[in-house]
Amino acid sequence: MIAALLIASVAAGTALLYAALGEIVGERAGIINLGVEGVMLVGAACACAVGAMSGNPYFGVLAAALAGALISLVFAYAVVDCAANQLAAGLSLLLLGLGVSALIGNPFVGAVMPGLPSLARMDALVALVLPLTALIAWGLWATRWGLQLRAVGENPTAAFAAGCNRRRLQYQAIALSGMLSALAGAHIALGVAYTWAEGMTGGRGFIAIALVMFARWNPWGAVAGALVFGGAEASQLQLQAHGVDVSPFVMNMLPYLLTLAVLPLTGKRGRLAAPAALGRPYRGVE
Amino acid sequence: MEPLIEARHIVKRFGELVANEVERFEVRTGEVHGLLGENGAGKTTLSKILYGFYQPDAGEIRVGGALVRIATPAQARSLGIGMVFQEFSIVPALSVFENIALFMRALPAVLPRAALERRIAEVADELGMPMALEVPAGALSAGAQQKIEILKQVLAGMRVLILDEPTKVLAPQELTGLFGTLAALRARGYGVVLITHKLREVLEVADRISVMRKGRIVAVQERAAATEAGLLALMFEGRVPLADARGGARSMGGKALELRGVSTDALQQLSLHVREGEILGVAGIAGSGQRELGALIAGSTRPRRGTRLLWGEDASRWSIARIRQSGVAFVPENPLEIACVGELSVAENFTLGERRYRSGLGIDWPRVHADAQAAFARLGFRPPPLNAALRTLSGGNVQRVVMARELGKQPRVIVALYPTRGLDVRSAQAVRDSLRACAAQGAAVLLVSEELEELFELSDRLVVLRQGRLAGEFEPSAFAPEAVGAAMVHVH
Amino acid sequence: MSTDGTFWRAAWIGLAAFTAFGLILGIAGKHPLQAYLDTGAYVLGSLEGFTELFVRMGPLVMAALAVAIPARIGLFNVGGEGQIYMGALFATGAALHLAQAPSWLLLPATIAAGFIGGAIWALIPALMRVAGVANEAITTLLLNYVAPLAVAYQIFGPWRSPESSSYPQSPRLAEAATLPVLPNTRLHAGLLIALACLAVFAYVFHRTRWGLEMRAIGGNRTASQHLGLPVRAYVLLCMALGGGIAGLAGMAEVSAIQGRLVAEVSPGYGYMGFLVAWLAGPSARAIAGMALLFALISSVGDILQITQRVPFAVVNILMAAILFSVLCAGRRR
Repeated sequence: MIAALLIASVAAGTALLYAALGEIVGERAGIINLGVEGVMLVGAACACAVGAMSGNPYFGVLAAALAGALISLVFAYAVVDCAANQLAAGLSLLLLGLGVSALIGNPFVGAVMPGLPSLARMDALVALVLPLTALIAWGLWATRWGLQLRAVGENPTAAFAAGCNRRRLQYQAIALSGMLSALAGAHIALGVAYTWAEGMTGGRGFIAIALVMFARWNPWGAVAGALVFGGAEASQLQLQAHGVDVSPFVMNMLPYLLTLAVLPLTGKRGRLAAPAALGRPYRGVE
Repeated sequence: MEPLIEARHIVKRFGELVANEVERFEVRTGEVHGLLGENGAGKTTLSKILYGFYQPDAGEIRVGGALVRIATPAQARSLGIGMVFQEFSIVPALSVFENIALFMRALPAVLPRAALERRIAEVADELGMPMALEVPAGALSAGAQQKIEILKQVLAGMRVLILDEPTKVLAPQELTGLFGTLAALRARGYGVVLITHKLREVLEVADRISVMRKGRIVAVQERAAATEAGLLALMFEGRVPLADARGGARSMGGKALELRGVSTDALQQLSLHVREGEILGVAGIAGSGQRELGALIAGSTRPRRGTRLLWGEDASRWSIARIRQSGVAFVPENPLEIACVGELSVAENFTLGERRYRSGLGIDWPRVHADAQAAFARLGFRPPPLNAALRTLSGGNVQRVVMARELGKQPRVIVALYPTRGLDVRSAQAVRDSLRACAAQGAAVLLVSEELEELFELSDRLVVLRQGRLAGEFEPSAFAPEAVGAAMVHVH
Repeated sequence: MSTDGTFWRAAWIGLAAFTAFGLILGIAGKHPLQAYLDTGAYVLGSLEGFTELFVRMGPLVMAALAVAIPARIGLFNVGGEGQIYMGALFATGAALHLAQAPSWLLLPATIAAGFIGGAIWALIPALMRVAGVANEAITTLLLNYVAPLAVAYQIFGPWRSPESSSYPQSPRLAEAATLPVLPNTRLHAGLLIALACLAVFAYVFHRTRWGLEMRAIGGNRTASQHLGLPVRAYVLLCMALGGGIAGLAGMAEVSAIQGRLVAEVSPGYGYMGFLVAWLAGPSARAIAGMALLFALISSVGDILQITQRVPFAVVNILMAAILFSVLCAGRRR
């Protein structure tokens, strides 16, 4: 049973991890994006649409990644170039994603989806996620790009003094973040549910945002967190399969309640681990 | 040999104020040049001109003999001029290595950690400041962070380093470390401008000392020729106001405000008191704890140790609202940020937190307007339109509004931090007269100011604040710039 | 800011958004122009269409107030949706358990319960904010997902109506617990409640000293603290009030529209209310106007769904277009 739970947790947690990794990159650059959920939905819808039309799930995944990056650019323009309130802009992205995904996915409701081929529930996206985590961690800490990006998220004035191009770095971070969130959606669509339904990501985007705090903005912390939250999701099915009678609604609440419970634990030290300039539109000298 | 940097005939004005009128200032290769002066003498302005933050209204600057125009700090840096500010541009969450690497030029895409660390260690050792590179910069002491700042500049190719009050943030035992670094820099041909008000340091480490007063360089002395007394005289030359300009003796009541052994983050074991009808002046170099003292008395912070007493009652745990209701007025250093709300009108700002203007569900506006007009009249200010939003007013006008509001409510205790800063001569005098009048009516006034003349004119007693402690107390008979100045800058 | 300038700016933004939306629909192979015309015909040509605007306007005004009241002191309440659901839940609970009570007691109790449910749901994030634990933007959003689950739990479980056939719902609420409805329409007293709340809000905010203190806190929280204003109390109060009003919207949906508790209490009024509040600012007239506009947009969504089989959620694109236009028009660098 443990093994089954673990496998189910990995399957459930993969999408969370992709989304959390994306959000980590964005927040490390100082941008908080509440619209992750919307981008995930766009990824899911595109994956379904292109996957169904082409018959090849990998094309669907690629289309999702591209779509996620593109739709995030609207958000990037608002927060980077127009210095808009990041929370409001994120919600706009959420709504945009809700609508665009509904539009794209509508013709495919109930259609047969080519699922991602998998071995013991490990499909390509699951297999890629850990190497990707390593790549992102390496990118953030061992390259000039990552150093400058983190500097922008901590102290844009100092970063500017050091010659960093804040605008370019934040655009790149947001585009990358969009791609990863879309991949999360693609995994839910073609790796777990094998279908399209409106709003199918069910709030996982917000869980991912909380996960980033829980993980102290560290990619490896996000792995641990995704396992825990994925486990909460997966345990519901496992319990049911073993005849334990818990209301599915209560089980569905678990990830959110767990997130809320965890927030006070991240506490003062946790919030101090946040990139210092997170969420602040840059209106300084440039 | 050409000086590293030379400035001639520099003039800089801010409105009516002449901040700089400098004939000649130069830094030679392999020199530590001290720029000495009181607050407001113009040292920081001059250095910001050299660093490209400000443009001089007149004058020229030469770097290595060539005439240059330094329009931005980035240009200054490309010319090899670097500045280390009091607020470091350190990113606390990044490691020491990352902070330094961030500023290096021509960094490759993939950081060659080992090679970079070796280079940094090399230069650090040369300059006599070995350091651990993996530690997050925020965890280090101020002294260590300062070394990182200096190292950053050197590794980014700067030849002239301007240090703005570098010893202000250092603990006494960290000074030798800094001096060693400066000596090492000098030995390697760098030019260092050391901006400071501290005589001891400048006498210990500078090769030449330029003394600034009221925007001018009044003397340039070689270290060998300089003495403490001589420098003090150059810095603080000014006349003592006649004793009777302060008016007749005032009768004073009991202790209205008292602090007994209070300690907060910035204040140490501070004890002072102000009687009813008394004006207590507080002198001190900026950053000695004045802001924290104001916050403590106004109620924004509570003493970690010790007691805060109002009219003999222990007010240590009182809320801000209660303190204000009991008659305490507070004019902070930055009124626009923390004493008023820009979006609201002048009249609305008068009502915030005041119970007496409540009328049913709303506000008794006629009474507010009447009180406001009276308050402005008492101060001799022309009242701004009462319905104008505060943020549409100039900085000076905002100050006047806050002053009118605070002094106008007939307070029994007044804490005023730099109340005349930035005001024109007439308004400043009006504020001083008003403070005197309030004291005459029995208010206890605590006045923090950076102008010794003002303190001498108004105070019944004067204390000096230095690094969060009381460093001296003076009776009017002992009001002398040299003595007070000495206590401010810590000359043994 | 001149009213003239604001009006034209709003008109331009509206035009840009509707055009962008039309383009997107066109690319997707739909017929936006036809949809706009159909909506016009529906809204202006039929009693049902016309009154439906006002039916939608009520909850939108209340959801907007849920955002606007905390926004005046600088808080971000995005939890309107969840607060609506909790209001519906509590209201149903009161109506079912007090079904035997006299009618003069039942309706007020139901209304009060709706308010309390929403208020509690908003107080949780408010307390977390005051305790310095978390920003209310995240906590309110998370709770948005918990509330519908709580509703589902109840109607699948303890409150499952024995008579219902295909989908689960609660038993019908007592006649005495339903808000009065205008005959032949779905227009109910909830709109009056909404407008009353709006009027009270406008009065308090612009004419009382509490409104002045709120404006002070919203303008400069630090200064307000330094001047002794009870900032924390306002945080809790404003969130509770906002949540409570959203709860009233949920109560109205249950009491007047559905007559019982159903799984989907709100078609996204919470998020639409956020937009209405954000776009309208503190002006009561603007909130009412924007709510009407969004009710119209909502009708467009309905028409699209009925006549062109476009899912209602697509209307979110239009709303996003409007919000993005406003955000980006603010300060272009």
